[in-house]
Amino acid sequence: MRHLLSTHDLARADALQILDTAEEMAAVTEREVKKLPALRGRTVVNLFFEDSTRTRISFEAAAKRLSADVINFAVKGSSVSKGESLKDTAQTLEAMSADAVVIRHGASGAPQQLANSGWIDAAVINAGDGTHEHPTQALLDAFTMRRHWAKVRGLNSIGSDLSGLRVAIAGDVLHSRVARSNVWLLKTLGASVTLVAPPTLLPLGVSSWPVAVSYDLDATLDTGVDAMMMLRVQGERMNAAFFPSEREYSRRWGFDDARLARLDSLGLKDTIVMHPGPMNRGLEISSAAADSARSTVLDQVRNGVAVRMAALYLLLSGNSSSAHGSATENFERSK
Amino acid sequence: MMSKYLIKGASVLGGERTDLLVADGRFAPLEDSAGATEIDAEGLVALPGLVDLHTHLREPGREDAETVLTGSQAAAKGGFTAVHAMANSMPVADTAGVVEQVYRLGQDAGWTEVRPVGAVTVGLAGQRLAELGAMADSRARVRVFSDDGMCVWDPVLMRRALEYVKAFDGVVAQHAQEPRLTEGAQMNEGEVSAVLGLQGWPAVAEEAIIARDVLLAQHVDSRLHICHVSTAGSVEIIRWAKARGVKVTAEVTPHHLLLTDELVRSYDPVFKVNPPLRSSEDVQALRAALADGTIDVVGTDHAPHPSEAKECEWAQAAMGMTGLETALSVVQHTMVETGLIGWQQVAKITSQTPATIGQLPWQGGSLAIGETAQLTLVDPAARWTVDPQKMATKGRNSPFAGLELPGAVIATFLNGHPTVLNGELNTPTDVGAL
Ligand SMILES: [Zn+2]
Repeated sequence: MRHLLSTHDLARADALQILDTAEEMAAVTEREVKKLPALRGRTVVNLFFEDSTRTRISFEAAAKRLSADVINFAVKGSSVSKGESLKDTAQTLEAMSADAVVIRHGASGAPQQLANSGWIDAAVINAGDGTHEHPTQALLDAFTMRRHWAKVRGLNSIGSDLSGLRVAIAGDVLHSRVARSNVWLLKTLGASVTLVAPPTLLPLGVSSWPVAVSYDLDATLDTGVDAMMMLRVQGERMNAAFFPSEREYSRRWGFDDARLARLDSLGLKDTIVMHPGPMNRGLEISSAAADSARSTVLDQVRNGVAVRMAALYLLLSGNSSSAHGSATENFERSK
Repeated sequence: MMSKYLIKGASVLGGERTDLLVADGRFAPLEDSAGATEIDAEGLVALPGLVDLHTHLREPGREDAETVLTGSQAAAKGGFTAVHAMANSMPVADTAGVVEQVYRLGQDAGWTEVRPVGAVTVGLAGQRLAELGAMADSRARVRVFSDDGMCVWDPVLMRRALEYVKAFDGVVAQHAQEPRLTEGAQMNEGEVSAVLGLQGWPAVAEEAIIARDVLLAQHVDSRLHICHVSTAGSVEIIRWAKARGVKVTAEVTPHHLLLTDELVRSYDPVFKVNPPLRSSEDVQALRAALADGTIDVVGTDHAPHPSEAKECEWAQAAMGMTGLETALSVVQHTMVETGLIGWQQVAKITSQTPATIGQLPWQGGSLAIGETAQLTLVDPAARWTVDPQKMATKGRNSPFAGLELPGAVIATFLNGHPTVLNGELNTPTDVGAL
């Protein structure tokens, strides 16, 4: 693995290796000194063409805990559209000898273009591109689900996958890079996935995806769900005829108090409720659901740092084949 | 003073091998061959010079992308003796003045005949009819009208344009794209767009406009031409319309005959084009339709862009591909080598029928004695690897770069004068002598 561009092309072994490494990283973050020397002297650039403080801070924390130098490079969309091109920016980063570029971009495919163009030598990590993918978000979601699923089954999460896990992903699938990345990764890890959305918010090609599709959230819950993932509804969708009104949307596709209670009445005591954030409380998720014991929203944020540490470590440590030793073992040796 | 050329042993339209004499701009009887320069054409196929109904030459306004000179040199190298220059220049070719300018630039360059296409509406804005009659009466003698790049969406305006051009035997060439259904569209809508997260351009946005326009053309009994047909559904509608006697003709581009939207998985903007690359089912339907005559002609939609317009994010990249210098090879590869058509039909779809649609009786002939000598000699056995750096067009945006294709244009004769010899540009001719 030279880059982390999508989960669509992520091999199962590589995905599991990232998750297993993330377990070790999570252990590090629970230590008193939350820092490893692994990437000392390496430079990680956070190249953000689109504002996302949450994701940028998560990557920044991950890089710093591995002792990398971090450069935050925010490019306002306006200056890019005319004048400064992706190519120019890439060549600047190349001149700065960046070892890894974490790129967030409003255009689908921009990270892949950066990785394949020959403009730059650095490892490229996709931190969200347009409506395409957000692979580290899917990995942190999978990490969160795996820990929960292992606990439910009384297993060790390291080395295990998501076989048997039933996941429902509800909301604006059409425009969601989080949904796309999750669909591919969850399938790779053995989970079964149901997408729940109004037909207007499902891509036309969804019939060829390895998922079930439903327009009915209650019916989906009735069939049994272990992880309920709610997607953010973007403000601009509301005025573009994707659905008639917020009220109708939240009634039919929002995870509200009644549906939270429904999990109890269905006897689904171990079902978790997930959200990538930021949440529209009262629209796709009610406050009671977001703050309930089932909610993993804060776990997801916490796990994001460990997963991103793992990704950076594996891409920059040069040898990411499954044969090499564990991450912390290598750290011990490097001391 | 015109020279004489004796072309020895060419296979005329893929048929029997014979000698052709070109003298004083025309095909002449062989007994007049004294003093002629001999050209060994053993193994070559002789076709009437290719005629393109759909070329973007970018001049006036975007001379950094292409000029009439470089575009017509590319045309000559591709075997073309006439190209129709689309109206979406800057300024738009919507007045007699602009079309005469483009026409004159073509004459001055002398590499190929350049026929300007007149805009249907002022500024391609889709609001008011341009002065179609003035363009038709101008020295440029415009017969093809199109807002290509934009769809003439307003059904009333489309009806009026179809009716109005009957006064001078014109034809309206429609870029069929329902604008609301394609707002923000980046590629074909389907399985690939769903995975890539690129906004889809649904087939129905093309088919809906074609369905409407063939009904309008039938209602007012006018000539309609459909630009760059790209979907299997469009083919069905055109087939239906032709069966009902509608005066509709249709074109397909070389790239839609070969490439599919699977290529977009690379996010390489060289594959970004409008209409977008479609599925392999569409490609098969387009080939079949071209073979059975439902689609009448191949139009290149040659659309050169400067490199910065393509070396960027997919969403920001310009749409379009170059095509003049690869068109014949792609047709050979997709249509001849697959056994769908023979060379006689190649002559029809690349030369004779486009000349008829564009009303150019001195183009697209049968190579018979007395006809103006518009001629292309092709070596069907040659194979070459496409290298955009070696092309005459300024555009480097060829989707076929690196691909090995069959068929090489060895010579092109425009009005009896070789603009291309041994595959290289020769010297221009005086197109105005015609
Ligand atoms: Zn067009």
